Formats: sequence, structure tokens, C-alpha cells
Amino acid sequence: MTDSILSLVVFLPLVGAVLIAFIQRSQTEFIRRVAFLTVLVTFLLSLYLYFKFDPQSQAYQFVVQKDWIGSLGISYYLGLDGISLFLFLLTTFLGPLTILSTWTAITEKVKGFMISMLLLETALLGVFAALDLFLFYVFWEAMLIPMYFVIGIWGGPGRIYATIKFVLFTLTGSLLMLVAIIALYFINQAYTGTYTFSIPELSRLVLPLKTQFWLFWAFALAFAIKVPLFPLHTWLPDAHVEAPTAGSVILAGVLLKMGTYGFLRFCLPLFPNAFLEAVPLISILAIIGITYGAMVSMMQKDIKSLVAYSSVAHLGFVMLGMFALNQQGIEGSILQMINHGISTGALFLIVGMLYERRHTRLIADFGGLSSSLPVLATFFMIVALSSIGLPGTNGFVGEFLIILGAFKSNVTYAVLAASGVIIAAVYMLWMYQRVMFGQVTNPANQGLKDLNKREKLILIPLVIAIFWIGFYPKPFLSKMETSVTSLLESTEAKLAAQKEGKTYLSNSEFEMIGVSNNK
Amino acid sequence: MNWLAPDINWLGLAPEILIVLVGLLVMLLDPFLSASRKQILAHLSWVGVLLTMLACLYLWDSNIDNWEGMSLADNLSLTLKLIFLSGTLLTIFISSFRSKSEIHGEYYALLLLATFGMMLMGSSTDLVVIFLGIEVMSVALYVLAGFNRPDPRSGEASMKYFLMGAFSTGFLLYGIALIYGATGQTNLVEVADYFYSSPTDLVLLAGIGLLLVGLGFKVASVPFHMWVPDVYEGAPTPITAFMAAGPKAAAFAALLRVFILSFDPLGNLWTVILWILAALTMTVGNLLAISQMNIKRMLAYSSIAHAGYILIAIVAGRDLGLTSAIFYLLAYTLMNMGAFAVIMALSERGEKHLNIPDYRGLGLKYPILGVLMTIFMVSLSGIPPTAGFMGKFYIFSAAVKNGFIGLAVLGVLNSLISVYFYLRVVVLMFMHEPESRLEGEHLAWPVQVALIVTGLGTLWLGLFPDWFLRLTQTTFMAMK
Repeated sequence: MTDSILSLVVFLPLVGAVLIAFIQRSQTEFIRRVAFLTVLVTFLLSLYLYFKFDPQSQAYQFVVQKDWIGSLGISYYLGLDGISLFLFLLTTFLGPLTILSTWTAITEKVKGFMISMLLLETALLGVFAALDLFLFYVFWEAMLIPMYFVIGIWGGPGRIYATIKFVLFTLTGSLLMLVAIIALYFINQAYTGTYTFSIPELSRLVLPLKTQFWLFWAFALAFAIKVPLFPLHTWLPDAHVEAPTAGSVILAGVLLKMGTYGFLRFCLPLFPNAFLEAVPLISILAIIGITYGAMVSMMQKDIKSLVAYSSVAHLGFVMLGMFALNQQGIEGSILQMINHGISTGALFLIVGMLYERRHTRLIADFGGLSSSLPVLATFFMIVALSSIGLPGTNGFVGEFLIILGAFKSNVTYAVLAASGVIIAAVYMLWMYQRVMFGQVTNPANQGLKDLNKREKLILIPLVIAIFWIGFYPKPFLSKMETSVTSLLESTEAKLAAQKEGKTYLSNSEFEMIGVSNNK
Repeated sequence: MNWLAPDINWLGLAPEILIVLVGLLVMLLDPFLSASRKQILAHLSWVGVLLTMLACLYLWDSNIDNWEGMSLADNLSLTLKLIFLSGTLLTIFISSFRSKSEIHGEYYALLLLATFGMMLMGSSTDLVVIFLGIEVMSVALYVLAGFNRPDPRSGEASMKYFLMGAFSTGFLLYGIALIYGATGQTNLVEVADYFYSSPTDLVLLAGIGLLLVGLGFKVASVPFHMWVPDVYEGAPTPITAFMAAGPKAAAFAALLRVFILSFDPLGNLWTVILWILAALTMTVGNLLAISQMNIKRMLAYSSIAHAGYILIAIVAGRDLGLTSAIFYLLAYTLMNMGAFAVIMALSERGEKHLNIPDYRGLGLKYPILGVLMTIFMVSLSGIPPTAGFMGKFYIFSAAVKNGFIGLAVLGVLNSLISVYFYLRVVVLMFMHEPESRLEGEHLAWPVQVALIVTGLGTLWLGLFPDWFLRLTQTTFMAMK
């Protein structure tokens, strides 16, 4: 069971998509149910992974490795560790909620939409589970096409511009990464004599500084566009605003994390020296992102673009924590990836619910909604506070760890970043105030229907997650701790080996630091 | 006078003989069949091609060599022949969409004879035989390009193709003559020996240069590409599809023979020249494709760009270059044929709805056709999990492995440009509401077969290319 369960979880949505392809277009209700059921079962199966995950082990777990394109050394190689586990779970967790949120929002071309969403989920899960660089790249790129359709067909008025911009931005980075991947493959062959794309194998390489520099930036560009790191963020507001609610949730919740995950999974272990060199530059860009994102959010007239710009700020925190390069920073960074997925996902869902009621997203059109929508207002408040990082919510734990980590490595960065938290409170609360409180000036805002059962069902799991991580983050942190420690240790070992002039870490050295890929 | 019978292994010539016989048979039967029964000719043709493919498979691993390399039946030639033949087979399938009254026997006969020419090109190391192959193929194509007689553009295409083709033939023949003058040989193996013993012989260099120009015309590499857009636009749609697949692949086969198998290593001069050709071909092709409004013209420029990618493989040299080029030829044949099959399916027997805006809403109205076209467009732009991605990955690997990282980077940037115009078709198909003008007819079964084969093939080759890679690696690495 443990051998194939990971493959099963990854490909179950694909199976669902194929099934839906055979259902008649007119049976929309049935299509919705099949899609929902598929992602729900996927989520439940992924919970099994959570409970079976051994927090003490440094190795990848649930590993599947089979020959795929053997003549090129490419294998079908999946596995999870403490770093990828939660991103994987976040994806399966958001799946049912997004599908549920489209029940009344998507009424046209339901079949195509559900197929796209399911294909997207398989690709995303694959990205986080892949342990073969080639396989990773295939999933990474395959994700583009369904997302392209989701934004381009079901999006807002500017959807075509937004979707093309999204694809071209993403591809620019990832195609250069492809060249770097190929180069890495041949460099590995030159050093070790074997052709392989296996990530654990490639992580043993200790590359010359100049090679590290070029390869690092080729990978980093692809990831930085995805994160997005300032100044590469311009695709994000367009894509987020134009995408349908479900698309925005997946985009913000999961897709952006592919970038931060990439930094952690590839850039750090593969090119540690270049990573260290890049710390000042990327930290400063992250801080600019934090403050710039927050300030631009403040001035937005549209709630959705406010949330979109706030993503730039939040992802800045994630990057800052990661580049602090210590236990707290990285753990905080991973946790904040999850938090952002939950909080921002929830914000987009709430914006979507408001839109369904009022068919507008402009802050100026709202006002005083809390009187007619008390339940929605409560949920909105909780989510907004979690996004700000109020103690007791998930955002606090993540940001606290990140700032703690940053403080340890560079006080200036920490102080600057902490100021971003304050601006975040300003834009979020100000927006909340203008939308929810005050007099109802616009008659269209009167007599709106409050949340129905389905909508509550979507928001309740998110709120539970917000408080759970906020009050008791231990189950999360403890499962990532070992992996983060061993990541840092192996990085140390590689930095040391680089000084000694070695070209790769031998088996014994590798096992000593405990990053063995054997189960 | 004693006439010495040459020692011929007829078995090795079986595929060529078979296809010529079928071609002649089609031509002979044509006048005896009443118009209503001419469908038989189409069926005869595809069965003939299929049999020829079987003959190629039967000869696998036989390594027959007739007349010292003039006609080879080694695994490389057989692979190439199978690629050409699959192009022809698909062309016949998408052609039979033409209504019964319009079937002309010579159409199929010419297709088969052109294929015969291609097979000669793919299986010989002798320049004279390669030339013979090119001429047999080209003359048939000149006629086929003008086959749509009522349409003046078709005539123009034929005329242009003929003039440019004749021009390029001049270069080619002159090049061969100079090579013969310098070396006294037309066999590439021996020419190569001479090339290495005296690499600065100007006559030989001029000869090789002219050969490159001549073949450059045929593969449509920049700056010898001017004829492509007009000819591709004017020729009947299935013939355009055919020209982009088989004949181009055959010309590449000749280029591979000359520049990878014979002259290896190439030496700085030729590497630089091919490097520049590859870079120009990709970039010009992709940039010009962006602004095209006619889908055949867009695919014409796209075919120029794809020739550029294959030239990268030739620059990379034998190590991975050869196998990746052949893989790409197969991938390109599948995805490009697929795209043309969709065009045929929509174009009411060929020549309607060819403007890209005509594809508005196609995906919403005919989802299966739309999804198939999306697969082909995604594959042409090189996004996984498709054959086009695998092919590009393989070619860029060859380039990186041999130190041409700059060219690989240029290649990926070109892919990026190409994404824009390929996905524009997808945007129109799915993101705009359909216009009523687009009326799909009931598709004839051969077109359906072509669509299914190319669609599944494109995905299959993208997901499970291992068998093909193993096959090509084991057989070609061992080649001399």
C-alpha cells in the first residue's frame, strides 16, 4: 500500500478528469459531483500520508522509483519529506474547497472547467512529489496549460491578456531552467560517470563556484518569477484579478509556492555557495517586495487586486525567512507558505462570495455589509486577522518564526521586514472597515443573503486550520523539523567539501549527514 | 563481349521497388476506372504504403548494402524511410477527404513517386543517388503544388516552387560537380577521407558550400526560405502538410549524411556556418510567424523555425545530434500532420477557413477537434508532456553536451516566442465565442484515423519515448 499510495494520490485527479471527459456536457450537476468526489477522495488519501509520515526520518518517504526513460537516466521517482509534505497536503486540502466554491460561480462550460482543475491538481501534486528533476520539470510545465485555460476561458474581461502574460512570464524562466537542468545532468555525468536526473543523487555534487553561479541564477530566475519576487511580480496582479475565484485560490494558494519550494528544494542543496552569495540581493528584494506590496495594496480600489498585491508582500516574508538560512527562518518560511495558502485562499474565496452577491469587487461599491451579512463578516474578520498575523492565528506563528530567523542572521533585515507587518495591518483593516462597517449608502447592499450551507462548509475548514496552526503548530513544525535540520547540515557539509576542493560527496559522507535516499 | 550481371541483393531494394510499382499501378489503373470508382486508387495507395512500411520492418537489422553505399538498407535508412512513409500515409488519409468526383489517379501516383525519391535520399551515401532522389521527389512536388487547378494561388505556388527548386538544383549539382572535380569521387565516405587529408582544398570547400546551399533550399533554412510561405499557402492543404513532413525530412536526411555521418568532426568553419544558419533559421521563422493571419502561412514559418531546431542537432554533431535529429523528425511529422489534419477537417475539402480568426470558438463548438488542435499546438511550442517537448529536450541536450550552450539558450528563447503564436490559435479556439460560419462536416473515416493516430502519437511519444530512443541509440551509435 505505501508503495503505490503516493502515485495514487498524484494521479487520482487525472483519472477523475478522464472520467469526466466521458460524461455528457449537459449533465453539469453530475460532472460537479464527480469532480468534487475525486478531489475529496484525493484529500482523504493524502491524510493517510500525513499520519504515516515518520517525523524522525531524514529520508524521503513513500518513495516510488521506476524506470521511465531509462536510456536517458530518467526515472519515475516520487517521494515526500518534511519540506514537501505540507505543500502536498495544502494542495489536496484546497482541492475540494475550490471545487465546492465553483458550484454556482461557474455555470458555463462546466465540463471543461472541471477537467482543467483536475489536471491542474495532478500537475501540482506532481511538482511537490517529484524526486527526478526531469519529472519535476514535466509537471512544472504541464501545470501551465490547464491554468492557462482556467484564466483564459472562465476569467474576467481582461482574461486573455492576463493569461498570455502569465504563460509567457512563467515560460521565460522555466525554459532557461531547462537549459540549466540539462547542463547539470551532463556535469553530473562528467563527475560521476552516470546519467541521472535523480534529485538526491544530484544533490551530492559539489560544483565549482562559477558553475554554481550560472546554474543557480538560471534556476532562481524561474523560481523568482513564480514566487513572484519583486520586480518580477507584474504578471501576478493581472492573473489573480482576472482568474475566476477557484483559479485565484489555486494560483495564490499553491502555484506561487512552487517557486519558493523550488528555491528550497533545488537552489539551496544544489548550489549552496551561490545561494549564500545571493542572500543579500534576494533578501533586499524580498524586503522591497514586503513594503512595496503592502503599500500598493493600500491604494487598491478593487478588493481582489488588494489581495493579489498582499501576496507579493507575504511571499516576500517567505523568501526572507528562507534566506535567513537557519532552522527558525526556514521552518517559518515553510509554515508561512502553508499559512498564505490558507489565508489568502480564504480571502479570495470570500471576495468571490461577495462578487456572487453584488457582481462588483470595488471597495467603494460596498459599505456596511456587516449588518446584512453577519456570518460572512465574522469569517472575513478572522481571515483578515490571520492574514495580518494576529497572535492566535496561523499568520502570527509563521511571521514570528521568520522574523526570529531573520533577526538571528541580520538585524537590519528583520527590523525592515517587521515594519511591513504594520502596513499589512493598515491596508487589511482599512479595507475591512470600508467594506463591512459604516452606513449602508448604496441600496444594492441591503438585504443581501448571508452565507448558505455550502459556503459555510467551504470556510469552516479554513478557519479551523487558521486557529489550529495559530494555537498548536507543533504537529506541523515537528514533521518538518528533521528535514530542515538535515537540509541545513548537508548544506554545511557541502560548503565544507567545496573548501576542500571535492567534486561530490561520497556515499559514506552522504549517509553520515543522514540525507540517504534509501527508505 | 561479356556482360557481367551486377551482384544485387534485391531484397534490400524491396521497399523502393514496391512503392514504385504501386505508384505505376495507380497511374495505369486511373484511365480504366469510372469516376465513381476512383476511390479504389486511394485505397490502393495507402495499402501500398503500408506494405512498404512492412517491408522496411522486415529488413530491420539486415544491413544490406547495394553498390557500396549507393543504396543502403541499414537501420538508419530504414528508420528514415519509415518516417517518410508515415508522412505519406497520413497525407493520403487526410487527402481522401476530397469528394469522389475530384479524385485523380495521378495525385496518388505522384505522392508515391515523391516518396520513392525521398527513400532514395534517405538511404544513399552517394551524392549522385541523393541528387537523383531529390529530383524525383521535387518534380513530383512541383506538379502536386499546382494540383488545385481552379485556384490561381495554387498555380503560383507551383511556378514559384519550380523556379526556386530549379535554381537550388543548379547549386546542388554544381556543388556535386566541384566535389567530384576535387576528389574524383561521389561517394561521401571517400569524399570525407579526402576532406580530412586536405581540408583546405578550395574547390572541395566551394563544393561543400554549394551543396549546403542546395540542401538549405530544400530544408527551408534561412536565408534560402523565401519560397516557403507562398508555396505552403498556395498548395493544396494536404500537399502542404506533406511537404512540411516527408520532403523536408528527406532533405534533412541528406544533410545528416553529409554533415554528421561523413564529415565528423565538422571542423570550425562548417560548425560556425551551421551555427549561424541554425540561429537565423529559428529566429527568423519564429519572428515572422507571429504576424501571420493565414494558418497555412503561419505553419509555413513555423516549419522554417523547426528546421532551425533540427539544424541545432546537426551543429551538435554525431554525439546525440543524430539521434535527436531523427527523433525530432518523427515528432515533427506527427504533430505537424496532426495540425494539418485539423485544418483539413475544417476547411471543406481543403481551401476554406484558412484565416486564423476563422478558428474562433472552434474548441467550444467541436471540443474534440479543439482539444486535438491544442495538443498539436502545445507540442509544436514544445511544452510537456508532448512529443515536441521531448524532441526539443533531446536536441537541446545534444547542444549542451557538445558545448553549444549559447545555441541551446537561443533555442529556448525561440520556443518562448513560438508559444505566443501557437497559443494564439488556442486562445481563439477556446476563449472566443464561436461564429456561425464554421460548419464542420461529418468527417470521413480516414481523416478520423489520421487525427487519432497523430493525436495519440504526439502524446505517446512525449510520455513514453524510451523505446524509440533505445532503438535509435543502439543502432546509430554503432554506425561507422
